[in-house]
Amino acid sequence: MTTIPWLTILMVVPLVGSLLILFIPRGSARLVKQTALVFALATLVLTIAMGLQFDGQSTAAFQFTESYPWIPAFGISYSVGVDGIGLVLVALAATLVPVVILAGWRDVPDEAVKGYFALLLVLDTLMIGVFAATDVFLFYVLFEVMLIPIYFLIGRYGGANRAYAAVKFLIYSLVGGLLMLAALIGLYVVSANELGQGTFDFATLVGLDIDPNTQKVLFLGFFIAFAIKAPLWPFHTWLPDAAKESTPATAVLLIGVLDKVGTFGMIRYLLPIFPAASEFYAPLIIALAVIGILYGALVALGQTDMKRLFAYSSMSHFGFIVLGIFVFTSWGASGSTIYMLAHGLSTAAIFLAAGFLMSRSGGSSAIAAYGGVNKKAPILAGFLLFATLSSLALPGLASFVGEFLVLLGTFARYIAVGVIATIGIVLTAAYALRLYQKVATGPASPAVEGISDLKGREVTALAPVVLLTIVLGVFPAPVFNVVNPAVERTLQIVGVTDPPPVIGVQGGEQ
Amino acid sequence: MNTDMLAAPEVDYVAILPLLIVAGAAGIGVIVETCAPRGARRTIQLFLAFGALVAAFATLVSQAGLRSLEVEGAIALDGPGRVLMGLILLASLVAAMLIAERQLDPAGDSFAPRASALPGSRDERELTARGYLQTEVWPLFLFAVLGMLLFVISNNLLMMFISLEVMSLPLYLLAGMARRRRLLSQEAAMKYFILGAFSSAFFLFGTALVYGFTGSVEFAAISDALAAQPGQTYLVIGGIGLIAVGLLFKVGAVPFHQWVPDVYQGSPSAVTAFMAATVKVAAFGAILRIFYVAFGGLRWDWEALMWVIACLTMLVGSIVAVVQTDIKRMIAYSSIAQAGFILMGVASASAQGLAASIFYLTAYAFTTLGIFAVIMMVRDASGEAGRLSQWAGLGRRSPVVGAAFAIFMLSLAGIPLTSGFIAKFAVFGSALAVDQVVPVIIAVISSVIAAFFYGRVIVIMYFREPEGDGATVTVPSAFTTLALAISVAVTVLLGILPQPVLDLIDQAGIFLR
Repeated sequence: MTTIPWLTILMVVPLVGSLLILFIPRGSARLVKQTALVFALATLVLTIAMGLQFDGQSTAAFQFTESYPWIPAFGISYSVGVDGIGLVLVALAATLVPVVILAGWRDVPDEAVKGYFALLLVLDTLMIGVFAATDVFLFYVLFEVMLIPIYFLIGRYGGANRAYAAVKFLIYSLVGGLLMLAALIGLYVVSANELGQGTFDFATLVGLDIDPNTQKVLFLGFFIAFAIKAPLWPFHTWLPDAAKESTPATAVLLIGVLDKVGTFGMIRYLLPIFPAASEFYAPLIIALAVIGILYGALVALGQTDMKRLFAYSSMSHFGFIVLGIFVFTSWGASGSTIYMLAHGLSTAAIFLAAGFLMSRSGGSSAIAAYGGVNKKAPILAGFLLFATLSSLALPGLASFVGEFLVLLGTFARYIAVGVIATIGIVLTAAYALRLYQKVATGPASPAVEGISDLKGREVTALAPVVLLTIVLGVFPAPVFNVVNPAVERTLQIVGVTDPPPVIGVQGGEQ
Repeated sequence: MNTDMLAAPEVDYVAILPLLIVAGAAGIGVIVETCAPRGARRTIQLFLAFGALVAAFATLVSQAGLRSLEVEGAIALDGPGRVLMGLILLASLVAAMLIAERQLDPAGDSFAPRASALPGSRDERELTARGYLQTEVWPLFLFAVLGMLLFVISNNLLMMFISLEVMSLPLYLLAGMARRRRLLSQEAAMKYFILGAFSSAFFLFGTALVYGFTGSVEFAAISDALAAQPGQTYLVIGGIGLIAVGLLFKVGAVPFHQWVPDVYQGSPSAVTAFMAATVKVAAFGAILRIFYVAFGGLRWDWEALMWVIACLTMLVGSIVAVVQTDIKRMIAYSSIAQAGFILMGVASASAQGLAASIFYLTAYAFTTLGIFAVIMMVRDASGEAGRLSQWAGLGRRSPVVGAAFAIFMLSLAGIPLTSGFIAKFAVFGSALAVDQVVPVIIAVISSVIAAFFYGRVIVIMYFREPEGDGATVTVPSAFTTLALAISVAVTVLLGILPQPVLDLIDQAGIFLR
């Protein structure tokens, strides 16, 4: 439909940037950073240009599609394309990379900048690719390869315990990844038995009529991989360590974007390819999601370390996203998608604001070390407050839209689950406000004494995040227009329809 | 009965030209050792060895399309056989580059100046001081290559036994010739020799039993005889078991793997590279042929055993590798685990399994050669720095070598965009195609365990601060540099664009009978 290979260009631009960085001579740290920023911004601009051409009314499943044979012997092709869900997440990735590059300007010493910024750009390529892949094998490859830059970003540039956190992250992810590989090959064998020639093409796989028992086995392989990545309780223990040891920039990309691959995988791959198994496992997964919501929030309440608190809070939010996907209502699924976007933004806001605070006062992430920031650095405290409110889903902010729709979708199907999940919101408010109170109000602690307020670069990095959070909170319609067709198509494949609005029907009968 | 009782066999010398080239060069090499002046020997031997390998490969390529049984059916020049021969020649070529290296060790190449001099004796010091080089390694190397080439195309049990010995005997010697840590090297050679002799005896015993049952040593005739007498197979199953022991020993499958770590650690690294890469190709080639051609009819009897051994090999190799502190021992256990993955392809007993195994061998051979190239370069004052802790911070001080080694580790761990991933993908696919889910799950578990120690090497190289007695990367000559470059290129290319090689293996088809 279009002659411009948009998605390939989006993937190539940051990759070229990272290669260029490798050829910049040592000692010109500034040039490295500028190059990284320019290429990341170029990617963002191109993403916006592509997004403007996205046709919300189109009946095609994917737009901007490209397909070339890659390893025909195994039925593998390089195929990319986006639907509304994919587009939103590609845009999220493309937005956050320049933000974290700007925010992480001084994250690493000058002699280490080349590797750091090159890896961030490589990650940009891989994140866009993973959301754009329409060949399941290509998706898997990018899903696994993404581990490597993150592994190095945590392990080389992180905190004191970074090697441990990096290895833990790698092992957890590989467990999931390899199970998924086994299931993926199983899927290939199933397709070969059914069609005579194995394939990894998403659309063809969706069209397969897989035996429900086989579905249940294969589903588990994919699900565990996604549940580890997302992370869902009880597959989450790698996340707090990884988040604590990462630089803020890495943490934003890891939690804000990469972990979304898990929830994206559920909605994109699990539901359409294994509809029977999805329905079969839905109660179990909903239970895990609700446990995650409450467990994450409760544990966050007890944290003494900011970054760990954010990690547990994210886990609680991922519970909401997964819940929205597996209640099989269009509100739930649309809500989950917009929640993915909103959570990416709120993660960026909170990690970066907290990161700016930590970098000013010796790097400690212990909550007890801080107090009274609003007296010494009012702008910083303001951003912190905004990030906190975004995290607790204040109405008018993007996360509220997502959370509300997820709960709406849940109530429509399972009232009890909705009630329990709502408790999570209360707990979220408790830990988020408690954090702000301890860190920003009261008398200034010794660590906060003498810190400076945010500079122009830092405000510039945070401003777009804040702006987007507000705009999407007040006026989410454009995103819905893009997302809803994709969500409806997915639910149609699963074969479920929304339950009728209870109150409306009663009103009609009266 | 009459005069021409012993008619000379008909031999198409053109068809077996690659073998003749290698054999001829090896023979000339021996003569060079006795006749040529000491100073000129190395140069002549290098020309002979590289020339022979390249010429043999060129001849092989020029005959690529031909499929025939030669020398009265004793050897089968079929598609898989030719592909495996080509692989052995190319891997040997890279291994030869490592063996030719003499810039890394200040005293000379990797080999003791004279193997007979006592370790630590005055004799030895004098020879070292005079700069003697042991050029006998070259004919030995070529004989081993000849044995391997024959091993993968042997079409009867006796031919297979002879090529097994032609391959093994030079390797026993080469293992004992390390310049550094000579006692360890001699111990390795002794261990390899004694255990290898045992395994050869098993093989021979098995051959006798199979011959006793079927009345022939020819693979095709064995297959026919087994098909003609179904049911009464106790004798022949014993024979198959014994033959399997002999062959599985060579690939280092559990429980016949005890020699691997000691031999890998003690041998000169260049020889270990050669052994690890090419012996595995040759031995797996032989296993594939004998089990698919001769014993294919009894696959229901041996398949289960093969799956069990494959699973055991993957698990034991991976688990034991976790606790290793020496890089060569770690790689040795990792190579055991890798053998388990290849055995999954063998046990699939299908054309898909055959192709998957051959692709895995290709990927594994070059990755392994590269790994040992790096191991040779990482040194401290006393020679190669074997302890893993000495590798701390290496990736940061030598980015290129560090990156190469990281790529090899990722490939062995099976991360996408490296050859190891496509290889794992292929064997998993062949196993699932015959509904073997449990071995695949076990393979997944082993892969995760293995990822832990491959990942740990990267942690040590990149995330740790260098230690006081840390190792440094010595700048090698063009030989090792080229070997490393080839290994990296193959590892990455087979990961990103495997299609041409997959096509090549696919076109090779199946074994001739």
